[in-house]
Amino acid sequence: MDRSALVEMTGISVAFGPVQALQSVDLRLHPGEVHALMGENGAGKSTLIKTLTGVHPVDAGEIRVRGEPVAFAGPAAAQAAGISTVYQEVNLCPNLSVGENLLLGREPRRAGRIDWRGVRRRAAEVLGRLHLDVDPSSPLGAHSIALQQLVAIARAVEVEARVLVLDEPTSSLDASEVAELFRVVRRLRESGVAILFVSHFIEQVFEISDRMTVLRNGRLVGEYATADISRRQLVSAMVGRELEVLEQLDRAPAEPAADAEPPVLAATGLGRRGAIEPVDLAVRPGEVVGLAGLLGSGRTELARLLFGADRADTGELTVGGRPVRLRTPRAAIDAGIAFSPEDRKAEGVVADLSVRANIVLAMQASRGWMRRIPRRKQDELARRWIELLDIRPADPDALLGNLSGGNQQKVLLARWLITQPRLLILDEPTRGIDVGAKAQIQALVAEQAREGTAVVFISAELDEVVRLSDRVLVLRDRRPVAQLAGEDVELDRVMELIATGGGARA
Amino acid sequence: MTAVAERVRHAAGRRVPTRFLPVVVTFALFVLMFAGGGLRYESFASGQVLLNLLIDNSFLVVLAVGMTFVILTGGIDLSVGSVVALSTMVAAALLRAGWSPVLVMLVVLVGGAVFGLAMGAVIHYLEIQPFIVTLAGMFLARGLCYVIDLESIPIDDPLFRTIAQTAVPLGGELFVSPSVLVATVVVAIAVYVLHLTRFGRTVYAVGGNPQSAMLMGLRVAQARVGVYVISGACSALAGLLFTFYMLSGYSLHAVGMELDAIAAVVIGGTLLTGGSGFVLGSVLGVLVLGTIQTILSFEGTLSSWWSRIVIGLLLLVFVVLQRVLARRGVA
Repeated sequence: MDRSALVEMTGISVAFGPVQALQSVDLRLHPGEVHALMGENGAGKSTLIKTLTGVHPVDAGEIRVRGEPVAFAGPAAAQAAGISTVYQEVNLCPNLSVGENLLLGREPRRAGRIDWRGVRRRAAEVLGRLHLDVDPSSPLGAHSIALQQLVAIARAVEVEARVLVLDEPTSSLDASEVAELFRVVRRLRESGVAILFVSHFIEQVFEISDRMTVLRNGRLVGEYATADISRRQLVSAMVGRELEVLEQLDRAPAEPAADAEPPVLAATGLGRRGAIEPVDLAVRPGEVVGLAGLLGSGRTELARLLFGADRADTGELTVGGRPVRLRTPRAAIDAGIAFSPEDRKAEGVVADLSVRANIVLAMQASRGWMRRIPRRKQDELARRWIELLDIRPADPDALLGNLSGGNQQKVLLARWLITQPRLLILDEPTRGIDVGAKAQIQALVAEQAREGTAVVFISAELDEVVRLSDRVLVLRDRRPVAQLAGEDVELDRVMELIATGGGARA
Repeated sequence: MTAVAERVRHAAGRRVPTRFLPVVVTFALFVLMFAGGGLRYESFASGQVLLNLLIDNSFLVVLAVGMTFVILTGGIDLSVGSVVALSTMVAAALLRAGWSPVLVMLVVLVGGAVFGLAMGAVIHYLEIQPFIVTLAGMFLARGLCYVIDLESIPIDDPLFRTIAQTAVPLGGELFVSPSVLVATVVVAIAVYVLHLTRFGRTVYAVGGNPQSAMLMGLRVAQARVGVYVISGACSALAGLLFTFYMLSGYSLHAVGMELDAIAAVVIGGTLLTGGSGFVLGSVLGVLVLGTIQTILSFEGTLSSWWSRIVIGLLLLVFVVLQRVLARRGVA
């Protein structure tokens, strides 16, 4: 046992139904140290945090605080043991004053009444300790999110927190606000608090953390001292390389002649404040353009701009050479663009309708509701696409909600392919589905491209992006870093760019 | 009017925090309307007319206090008017049956609180919208009135009559009814509870962000159920005050009074989304509504539906004002 560790989690396993979210993961937190928890989406970071903060019980493994084994019944119990959490969204009351938010529920009282003077004094003390210059009687909602975040941290440490968990505290802050936050974090570190810092901004992690633990697919990749690991090594630890069980796709690069054709879609300086900085991007018929980057790098944001789901504030778009303004997804669909969103549960799947209804949905929508697709045609389409994509069970009447994730994804693809789009935007089409279905979907994307459809392909799995794409646009911290084409589309090169940005080009 | 508004805004920019602004505006509106009445009608701007506003609306003040608690948590209580009617009926029926008047008052008050407790428990634990639950409570209470009696029941209990006819002198020619004193005490207790107890602050916190309140370890259940208990008890008390005022129990008393109470709370500057507002604002809201009625009665020739039109417009103005202030607060 590590004597100096304040918190020691060993062999933590958690399963949600059949899904193994964490498998035998270890985590150690030391006093006076900032420990970063790293991993891509679905790696198990938030599950691990929730076991530490008492939200989820563990199925196996042990949590020790100061050497004593503990089992938290809930967040309140974890708090009582000195473990406080500040979540990504500020969990305070914007309608109340800063001072009240700091002390709500534990206000100093005299003879049963709240001692307001005491509240102000105590609040000023707490804020002073963190060197925050805020008027405790000002309403919380009047301050920036960054300051609210700091107040939330102040509240967390007011209860004599020994362990402070910061769950993506910087995701909505700008550079100077992050600096302010880090100043407070360092001050807490000096005072001996053990800090667990979760973020997907690599630079920030290198700036603030002393040690890091990397998770991938619910398993521990390793614990590293920040000084001993390079950005490259970190990215490859997070992303990993899947075993080559996947079908090898021999894709001939797009015909050079295609360059002469006008791009299906071309964006010049397309951007949206706070989402993605201006990007130039052109997609030609038959070409697969990959968007590579870590979670939060702006992949999805860019896709949503291309589809008109969010409005761009800068830049221009042309479709087939003609300038257009895509104000709504509807306009994009009319222009021949199809978008399969990242969060298929919330934005794509209509779980209570049959497979057939889901498949014909987009086609019916583009025809208008007055011109109903005849039942025989529907059956025929459903049968053909179920066979083509090997959707299981092969029953057009099955409710989509009852299908596995991979098969749901295939149904969504069929929905868009049936409308014969000129541009297909796929955001994480292979996330959370089994290897077999993944290979089928990849093959399908390749085949669509061969038939002349332009494809924008987004995936967190870099080797998948590299294997499928003719060109790759690398994004980092919501900014385009580089475009690679032809020979340059290579896994190591992409990782390098993601890890270091264009700056440290070797 | 614009000049005043301008001055208020100017003053607000320097001293008055934004959260007090709606109350200040309501106060200015009340003063303005009262002064306007005084200019137009002789004998309008007298102390007794002002006190009569309280005498004629003491029950509404009590109702609005209870409603303020509920709305501060982001809820709504549509049952209060019916509970007032039910309270008058229960009181009248029990007195007719020969019960002691003090016991009757106790039974009515406890009954109202229990009614509120039941609604609050359903709202919080079964997670059903307050609108639906209290709508059901409204029908239930109104229906129970008819079970007791279809006709109006007159009250001739000596204690009730004495309370109804007592005038509490305030020096000079001025007087108020005992109901006004009761309402004043209720307002004072409400201010104390909301601003100086943890329960009160939890009410505000729940209205601001229920999720956060829970994560902060506050007693959310106590607050969310508690406000309906308070509103139920306030409705029963308002029912008793209304009984003193009318000296009868009747199923058709206080029809639509829940909407007057909600209107008073909103005009008083409390946000319907919860988390922001003051009891004193609601009292001012009641006074504004009362002033409109008084002006119309002085005018004599105008029909009472004019008061509805004015109230409607005022509500609209205040809701818009709140939205504007909220926007500016964010920016």
